[in-house]
Amino acid sequence: MASAVFRPLTARDRMQPRWSDGRSARTVANEFIKPNDRLSSFERLEIYNRVYWFRVLDCLYDDYPGLRAIVGEKKFLRLATAYLAKYPSVSFTLRNLGQRLEQFLREEPSWTAPNEILALDMARFEWAQVVAFDNAEKPRLTMDEISNTPPGRLRIGLQPYLSLLELNYAVDRFLLAIKKREADTLRDEASNTFESMPHLQRRKRPVRRPKQEQVRLVVHRYDNLLYYKRLEPEAFAILRALQQGKSVEKACAAALANSKRRDVDWVSQIQEWFHDWSALGWFCSRAR
Amino acid sequence: MPANAFNNFNDYGIGIGLRVPHYRHILEKKPVVDWFEIISENFMVDGGRPLQVLDQILEQYRVVQHGVAMYLGSADRLSRDHLKKVKRLVKRTNTPWLSDHLCWGSVDGRYTHDLLPMPYTFAAAKTTAANIREASDYLEVPICVENVSSYAEFHASEMTEWEFLSEVVERANCGILLDVNNIYVSSQNHNFDPYDYLNNVPHYRVGQIHIAGHSKFEKYILDTHDHPVLDPVWKLYAHAIKLVGRTATLLEWDDRIPTFAEVHREALKANQFVEDQFQTAAA
Repeated sequence: MASAVFRPLTARDRMQPRWSDGRSARTVANEFIKPNDRLSSFERLEIYNRVYWFRVLDCLYDDYPGLRAIVGEKKFLRLATAYLAKYPSVSFTLRNLGQRLEQFLREEPSWTAPNEILALDMARFEWAQVVAFDNAEKPRLTMDEISNTPPGRLRIGLQPYLSLLELNYAVDRFLLAIKKREADTLRDEASNTFESMPHLQRRKRPVRRPKQEQVRLVVHRYDNLLYYKRLEPEAFAILRALQQGKSVEKACAAALANSKRRDVDWVSQIQEWFHDWSALGWFCSRAR
Repeated sequence: MPANAFNNFNDYGIGIGLRVPHYRHILEKKPVVDWFEIISENFMVDGGRPLQVLDQILEQYRVVQHGVAMYLGSADRLSRDHLKKVKRLVKRTNTPWLSDHLCWGSVDGRYTHDLLPMPYTFAAAKTTAANIREASDYLEVPICVENVSSYAEFHASEMTEWEFLSEVVERANCGILLDVNNIYVSSQNHNFDPYDYLNNVPHYRVGQIHIAGHSKFEKYILDTHDHPVLDPVWKLYAHAIKLVGRTATLLEWDDRIPTFAEVHREALKANQFVEDQFQTAAA
């Protein structure tokens, strides 16, 4: 039965007429499902097949409005179907359904051509928001704790809900415009109640494509609300080095070594950054 | 007094499912509600707003956990990782009992996110009962298993659904979450009398009842949880209350969710059936 449930639907959203071994799916269904006076075995099995795909596609449809806007609604559903056929859910929660979407888009870039890089940026950005929504928050490090440890020995961790993204397009502003355009949609609660495909949205006001630019972004939450914040290259480099386990001293040195800006009071600037990041709760103890 | 040995919480009255569109109303207006049922998996996360909201709800209300992904009917062993997450939530909510479905939904580590029907065989009953016992022992909280609505039946079945449910709960020594809407939906899809179902399950094991709305299609009924409760389901509910006594009852409304007030009003209709039953019994 599971094999039938996981098989992608036909273009008309029906169960495939042929089984994976070439036999008639009707014959296979007859072998283990009883018909009744209104539905054949095939039709009864098809209900489960369709509900599965409607549910998982609806979930991705809601979680990836930006990617949808980039590739187009119909193409998005084909992409999502191919993704879930290759990487079916391996988690008890639909929250994790997009976990391997970035990997899929890297492996099969033809699904997003000719916007491969833009689509990849958006998929990474939208997954980072899932992470920021409900990943763990470790006990925060205070500025006092940070100040009282010598920089050479100070190793700061970043909160598990925080993602650092180096992007090629301004997908942050693009997604804001998309979300402004679309009515907010909340994913339905877990229940076995799906009866149709996600409704494709027609005739939407166009949103200008994002321009190509280097964007360094942190996706995080504050007071349990989602935020994303652009960072200067040096700030991004420090945070990334901290995330990789470098000491504060080495993280700052590495970040500034590559900086082209010479007219900055880096001591004050770094102090200000650390003060802000600490106030935002981004720092935690590093796991040993 | 409890109505039965598996129903020590018959003072719980009428609850409703805690759903995202109602969060703000509940937290701001603090309406009087007997209890809330939460979908466990929605709160089996490591942090963020879901747990913040849950903690605020727990300060004001009684909460009971209802799972959708333990897959007690799975031929595979239960996921210990999943049970650990459920137990962490049990410690947070202090749920007096918890429920999940008499179904399966994952195979070889792949999840359908559905409540799939089981073949009603003695072998499946034995495996399922062992899973329930393991979950109950690990979680240290009573478990009620819920009958699902279904759209297919298996040639392999050796008994009716209600006989299967009875076999499982007797072997597992657990409670029943009797979903009267699911009984009605399945009765229409499989041509059986829903009253036969109600009359023939062990009433002394019913610890909770679910009511909900459904959608009628040309050839089958789908359990959509997107409507008020329909009359045939209310009639079944009245009969169930007559059989099992005063029992914690919950309205499920998961799609096209109306205002909190509308959902609550619909749920409270259940009180009328309970009171009618008690007045009849007293007379």
